[in-house]
Amino acid sequence: MLHIPFAAGRKTPWEVIYPNLFLLIISLVVFAAIIYLVFLIASRASVRVQEWLKYVVFLVPATLLLVIGLVYPTFRTVLMSFMNDDSTEFVGLDNYVWSFTIPEILIVLRNTAIWVFVVPIVSTLLGLAIAYMTDRMKRAAVVKSLIFLPMAISFVGAGVIWKFIYDYQPNLTKPDIGLFSALSKSIGIDPPNWLLEAPLNTFLLIVVMVWIQTGFAMVVLSAAMKNVPEEVVEAAMLDGAGVFKTFIRVTIPMIRATIVVVLTTISIGTLKVFDIVRTMTGGNFQTNVIANEMYSQTFRQMNYGHGSALAVILLVCVIPIIAYNLRQLKIERTER
Amino acid sequence: MKAPKKARDVFSSPIASAAAVIIAIVWTIPTFGLLVSSIRPEKDINSNGWWNFFLQPNITLDNYTQVLFAGTGTNPPLVLFFFNSLALTLPAVIFPITLALFAAYALAWFEFKGKDLLFSIIFGLQIVPLQLTLVPLLQLFAKGLSINGFVIIPDLGITGTFIPIWIAHTIYGLPLAIFLLHNFLRQIPRELIEAGRVDGANWFTLFSKIVLPLSVPAIASFSIFQFLWVWNDLLVGLTFGGGVKEVAPMTVRIAEMVGTRGSGWELLTAGAFVSMIVPLIVFFALQRYFVRGLLAGSVKG
Repeated sequence: MLHIPFAAGRKTPWEVIYPNLFLLIISLVVFAAIIYLVFLIASRASVRVQEWLKYVVFLVPATLLLVIGLVYPTFRTVLMSFMNDDSTEFVGLDNYVWSFTIPEILIVLRNTAIWVFVVPIVSTLLGLAIAYMTDRMKRAAVVKSLIFLPMAISFVGAGVIWKFIYDYQPNLTKPDIGLFSALSKSIGIDPPNWLLEAPLNTFLLIVVMVWIQTGFAMVVLSAAMKNVPEEVVEAAMLDGAGVFKTFIRVTIPMIRATIVVVLTTISIGTLKVFDIVRTMTGGNFQTNVIANEMYSQTFRQMNYGHGSALAVILLVCVIPIIAYNLRQLKIERTER
Repeated sequence: MKAPKKARDVFSSPIASAAAVIIAIVWTIPTFGLLVSSIRPEKDINSNGWWNFFLQPNITLDNYTQVLFAGTGTNPPLVLFFFNSLALTLPAVIFPITLALFAAYALAWFEFKGKDLLFSIIFGLQIVPLQLTLVPLLQLFAKGLSINGFVIIPDLGITGTFIPIWIAHTIYGLPLAIFLLHNFLRQIPRELIEAGRVDGANWFTLFSKIVLPLSVPAIASFSIFQFLWVWNDLLVGLTFGGGVKEVAPMTVRIAEMVGTRGSGWELLTAGAFVSMIVPLIVFFALQRYFVRGLLAGSVKG
């Protein structure tokens, strides 16, 4: 239909926008009209018809979409992970053997492990510290907004922001554009070529994710801390515990369940990190992670077997995190 | 109310507050540096660091007009991708919220066998990494689905339009949306629903007269969530857009600009800021709703 490759010389922006705008408006109008008509007809149907019609209208559309779009594809991908590159014949465990033996993929797995280990812990600790520092602070809202702000920025946008900070000027006599290079020169250290040096570069990419996730951890933990009854804190203080000791001994145990939720939520987000790596290094210089390699294998190498195996590995990594989360919630419930 | 307030004041520490302010400043510097750079002339950006702006404050909007309205090579100008992002986001927010509200209503108030199981499955679907669904779903859009020649879903010929992206975002948004809205709808007092039933309202009028008006705050919270998610997404736009520039969102274009050496920092910084401006406005204007949605999603309720 619209497969004409785009060329600025041949089409003006308006020639692209008009059909898109048309499709947008038509789709929204049709969607609204269908719902309006269904409601109009359904609410006039007999009581007996309504008894089953209510399921068709309310429950079936979402359920059907989930079956087609999530359940079926998941099974299909698992199947494809046992098949060759174009899913025409079964190859047994070959794709998994490949995943765990090829040196480049081992680096990918190692990097993902580093990400999943570092990002949740650092973000949660920072978020907890900031939540603690701002808990009794006046005008904390401004401070919190600024730390929370990166949550609104896309990973791609964040990638640009930080790539600019890590900009490297190979000519050491020229003034630096990148903030990190300038800072390191000002303390007398020749800056490395930040994003090219492994393993430093992986940690520099991790900084970007921590920068984004800390605000999330702070907001959620801060809300949890507000729910800790003031009397409990005061009682501990009256018993002679200092502010910090009270925080460690009283507040943290009381918000433990929330800390676990924050840790696991960030872990799962980190496991799937794709945009940051793709934008900043393209997965080169030994910075690759599973989600990016999965994309490359599937859409660059067109090897659906390898891509599917990597996707399944992602899912398998998510399961223990969720299981841990659910177990903690259960413990929390029985303790109360 | 008064006693706790007093205690709070006693324990507030100036050192902790100062540290928090410093962290906030450090956290803002990267974004601030980008914003400052985007309004510096090309010559300045590429010859020294953005902090020199305060010594030689030259301001220009050339970077913005350049990146927004002038295409580079075979690439259309960013304003087109800005429009694409808008056109992509609107239905990708409206569709899932409508369908999720329907399903949440059914799961919260209809009585049927297997209701709890269905809800648990939908809740569990949140953990499926979307990477796991990409290829099969793309193949569905491209070729339809048939088993032994029996066509279940025909080839709809929609590849390269917005429709696959809308549907994909709808599907990916559903589990969380249903979960959050279900939790909210459960809290509607039973008497209100029952009173409506006794008055002879059927499930459809009950939905539009009582449930829908009451759900507005929850809808607002989730809309912001979904909006930011869709607007900021790269993976879905990249894969389901079929690699066609006519439907590619801004994130795809910016990521491409970073990858090619042709684009200098003056265009990248301005372009990145253009892509950030809408979410930032939404964020500052509706932060309270956003936080509410976030808390409902991550703290068990």
